[in-house]
Amino acid sequence: MTGDRPVLTMTGISKTFPGVRALHDVDFRLFPGEVHALMGENGAGKSTLIKVLTGVYGTDAGTVTLDGEQVSFTGPMQAAAAGVSTVYQEVNLCTNLSVAENIFIGREPRRLGAVRWGEMRRRARDLLARLDLDLDVSAQLGTFSLAVQQMVAIARAIDVRARVLILDEPTSSLDAGEVAQLFRIMRQLRDEGIAILFVTHFLDQVYGIADRITVLRNGALVGEYRTGELPQFSLVEKMIGQELDVLERLDEQQKRATVALDGQAPLVDAEEVGRRGAVAPFSLRIHAGEVVGLAGLLGSGRTEVARLIFGADRADHGQVRTDGARSPLRTPIHAIDQGIGFCSENRRAEGIVPELSVRENMILAMQAARGWLRPIPRRRQDELVQKYVEALSIRPANPELPVRNLSGGNQQKVLLARWLITEPRLLILDEPTRGIDVGAKAEIQKLVVQLSDGGMAVLFISAELEEVLRLSHRVAVMRDREMVAQLTNDDTLDADRVMRTIASGTPREEVTR
Amino acid sequence: MNTVADRLRPLTGHRLFWPALVLVVMIAANTVYRPGFLAVEVKNGHLYGTPVDILRLSAPLILVALGMTLVIATGGIDLSVGSLCAISGAIACLHISGAADQNSPATVATALALAFGAALVLGAWNGVLVAVIGIQPIIATLILMVAGRGIAQLVTEGQIITINSGPYRAIGLGSFLTLPLAILIALAAALLVAAFTRRTALGLIVESVGGNAEASRLAGIRSRRVVFLVYVVSAACAALAGFMVTANVSSADGNAAGLWIELDAILAVVIGGTSLAGGRFSLSGTVLGALIIQTLTTTVYAMNISPQTSLLFKAVVVIAVCLVQAPAFRARFRRRRRGVEPGPAAPQREKEQVPA
Repeated sequence: MTGDRPVLTMTGISKTFPGVRALHDVDFRLFPGEVHALMGENGAGKSTLIKVLTGVYGTDAGTVTLDGEQVSFTGPMQAAAAGVSTVYQEVNLCTNLSVAENIFIGREPRRLGAVRWGEMRRRARDLLARLDLDLDVSAQLGTFSLAVQQMVAIARAIDVRARVLILDEPTSSLDAGEVAQLFRIMRQLRDEGIAILFVTHFLDQVYGIADRITVLRNGALVGEYRTGELPQFSLVEKMIGQELDVLERLDEQQKRATVALDGQAPLVDAEEVGRRGAVAPFSLRIHAGEVVGLAGLLGSGRTEVARLIFGADRADHGQVRTDGARSPLRTPIHAIDQGIGFCSENRRAEGIVPELSVRENMILAMQAARGWLRPIPRRRQDELVQKYVEALSIRPANPELPVRNLSGGNQQKVLLARWLITEPRLLILDEPTRGIDVGAKAEIQKLVVQLSDGGMAVLFISAELEEVLRLSHRVAVMRDREMVAQLTNDDTLDADRVMRTIASGTPREEVTR
Repeated sequence: MNTVADRLRPLTGHRLFWPALVLVVMIAANTVYRPGFLAVEVKNGHLYGTPVDILRLSAPLILVALGMTLVIATGGIDLSVGSLCAISGAIACLHISGAADQNSPATVATALALAFGAALVLGAWNGVLVAVIGIQPIIATLILMVAGRGIAQLVTEGQIITINSGPYRAIGLGSFLTLPLAILIALAAALLVAAFTRRTALGLIVESVGGNAEASRLAGIRSRRVVFLVYVVSAACAALAGFMVTANVSSADGNAAGLWIELDAILAVVIGGTSLAGGRFSLSGTVLGALIIQTLTTTVYAMNISPQTSLLFKAVVVIAVCLVQAPAFRARFRRRRRGVEPGPAAPQREKEQVPA
C-alpha cells in the first residue's frame, strides 16, 4: 500500500522564535498512499512543522523536497497549488455561503469575468460524489453538521489535485459516528494514492487509521515508527518523555498518599458530572488538605473536568456539591461563594485583565465576591497585595504596574494571589507551571505543598507527570475525555504505571512493551 | 533638548496632557484671531462672554458623554442617547404645556420625574437587549436610536411643543452664583458619576469587564448586571441633557432635539483617552473632550466659517486631535525629525505564543 519513494521529505528543519527553539533539526517524510500521524504534546512543534511545510513560516535551516524537487513555499495558497493542501482544526469556511461556493471560493469557474454557476455546482457535485457525499450543493454550509463541513473542507482541499493532504486535528469536535465517516473518506483518499498527514490527540484514532507515526517532543524528532510496531504505552512514553528532574525534590521520598483522610466527608463531591462533547460523566471527591492530580494527554479532558467543577461550563449531566452548599454549583459565582478558586490554563484569555494593575488583578475575585457596593478599602488592598507580592516574590514588586508588563511566570503568580486572597477551600490549578521558568515553577510547587499542609484542597492539573506525582495524594487519569482511573499515590505508583494507564485505559492491565 | 524633554516627561506622560494641550491651543488660536475671545463681564449678577457660553453649551454634551464613557468602558456603545434626549425633552415639555400654571415648580418637578422615569425604562430596555439577550450593542441601541425619534414624534404628535415656563427654562439658561446653572448641573453629574464609580468598586468592575470579559466572569464578576447598569446610567444622563437642550429653546422638537449628539459624545470619550475597545476609562478626560468639541463648534461660528464648510473644518481638526494623541503617530513624527535616532522603545509586545 505504501509506495517506496516518499512524495515529501523534510530534512534538518530548524525554526526559532524569539526566545524559543520551536524546531531543532527535525526530519520528516511522507509516502504516497499512507496515513501518517504526527504526534506530540503541547509545544512539541507539530503546528510549527506544518506551518513550515506550507510556507506560513520560513525556516532557519533545512530543506523540503516534493517529488524529489526542492521547494520553498511562500504561503498556503502556493503550497496548495503545488499539491500540498491543508485542512485546519477550526473549519475555516464561510457558513453563510453555499457548499459549492465554499469549495470554489477564490477560484470560481468563470467566463468573461462572470461566474459560471451551473458549472460550479456540477463540479462541486462531482467532487463530493468522489467522497461518497450526496449534498444539496446550493444549500448554505451552515445548515450541515460540523462533520459534513469538515468534509466539504476536505473536498475543497483535494480539488486542487492534491498529492499531500494535511489534516490538523480534524476530529477534535466530531462525535464517534462522524469520526467513522471521516475515516472512511481518509481511507478512500489514501487508496487513491494521496499521502495524508494526520494530527490528532486521540490515541485510539491513531491506532485506528495511521500506518506510520512520527513523534516530536520539545521541538525535536523522537522517531518515526510503523503503527503496528509501536505499542500504545511506548507511544505515550515517547510523547511525554522522561526528562531529568532539574527541580529540587520536595518531601524527599515521602509519598504524599500518607495523608489520613479518616473517613471525613468530602469537601467537594462531583457526582456523575459530564458535558456532551467535552467530557464523559465522572465522579470525583476531593477532601480538605488533599491534592488531587489530574493526569492525561493534551485534549484528554483535564481542563474540561476543572471547568465543570468550577461551573465555568455548565454540566448537562450530574451535579457538583460542596458540603456547605444546599444547591449544586452551576456558575463561577456559586463556586467562589463556596470557597472554590480556579486558575485557568489560558492565562491571557481567561486569567489576567491586561491593562489593569497588578493590585487590581489581585483583588478582582475578592471584590467580585463582595459585590461592587462594598469596595475593599484601599489600605486593606495594599496590605493584601503587599503580602502576596512578598510571599510569592512577584517581580517587579510594583503593584501599580499594568499586569501585561509582567513576565508569564509573574502573571501566573498574580493569578494565584487573586485566588489565595479569597482564602479558598479548594483551589483548582490548571497547568500553573506551563511556560514559566524553572525557578518560578519550583516556587509554585512548594506553595501547593504548603497550602495543602495548611488544610486547603488542591486540584492540580499538569501535562508533566513528574510534577503531578510529586505533589498529589491521588491521581485521576484522563484518557480520550473520560476519567479512566483514580490511583492512590503510594509506593507502587510511578510515572510508568500512570503512563500505562493513559495508554491502555485500565490501571492494572499489563501492556506488552 | 533631551534634558528638557526628560524633565517634562511626568507632565507629558499624563494621560490628560494631550487633550488639555489641544484645548489650550484652541483657545489661544481663538484669542489671536479675536482678542476679545476671553473677555468675561458681569451684567446683572450674571457672567457673560464667549468662555461662559462655551461652558453653558457644552453641558448637555458633557452629560451624555459621561454615560457614554461607562458604556464604552464595558466594550459597548450607546447610539440611542440622542433619541433619548428628544423623548425626555418631549415628555417634560408635553406635561408642562398641558398644565394650568406652567411656572409652578411642582408642575416642572412632576414633568422632570415623568420624563426621567421614562428614560430609565428605555435605558433598561437597552440594557436587557445587550446584557440579557446578548445583541451587539451597536445594533441593540440602533433600534432605539431610530425608533426613539418616532416615539418622540408620537409624544409631540408631530408638532413642536412650545412652553413658557420660567423654572424649566432655568435648567438651560439660568444661573447660580453668577455661573450658568447648566454647567453646574453637568459638573454635579460628573462628580456624582465619579463618586459612583470610583468610591465603589463599580469602576474597577466596569474596566475589568471591558478589559477581559471572560476572565472577569471566571473571577466571579456578574458582568450582566454591570452591563445592564451602565446602559441605564447612560439613559439617565441623556435625559438630563434632553432637559437642557429643550430648556434652551423652551420647546421640544422631536426631530431636532439632541440630533447627532451621540456622535459628538463618542468623539468626546475617545478624545478623552478612553479606548473604544473597552477597559480603562477617564471621566475627566471625557469632560475635557466635550469641552474641546464645544470650543471647536463655537470657533467655527466665531470665525465666520461658512456653514457649507464648517463640518469639513471640524472634521479636519478632529483628525488632527486624534493623531496628536496617538503615541504611535508622535513616535513616528519624532523619528523622522531626528533622523537616525530610534524612537522610544516600542511597547513590549506580548511574547509570541509558541504553537504546539
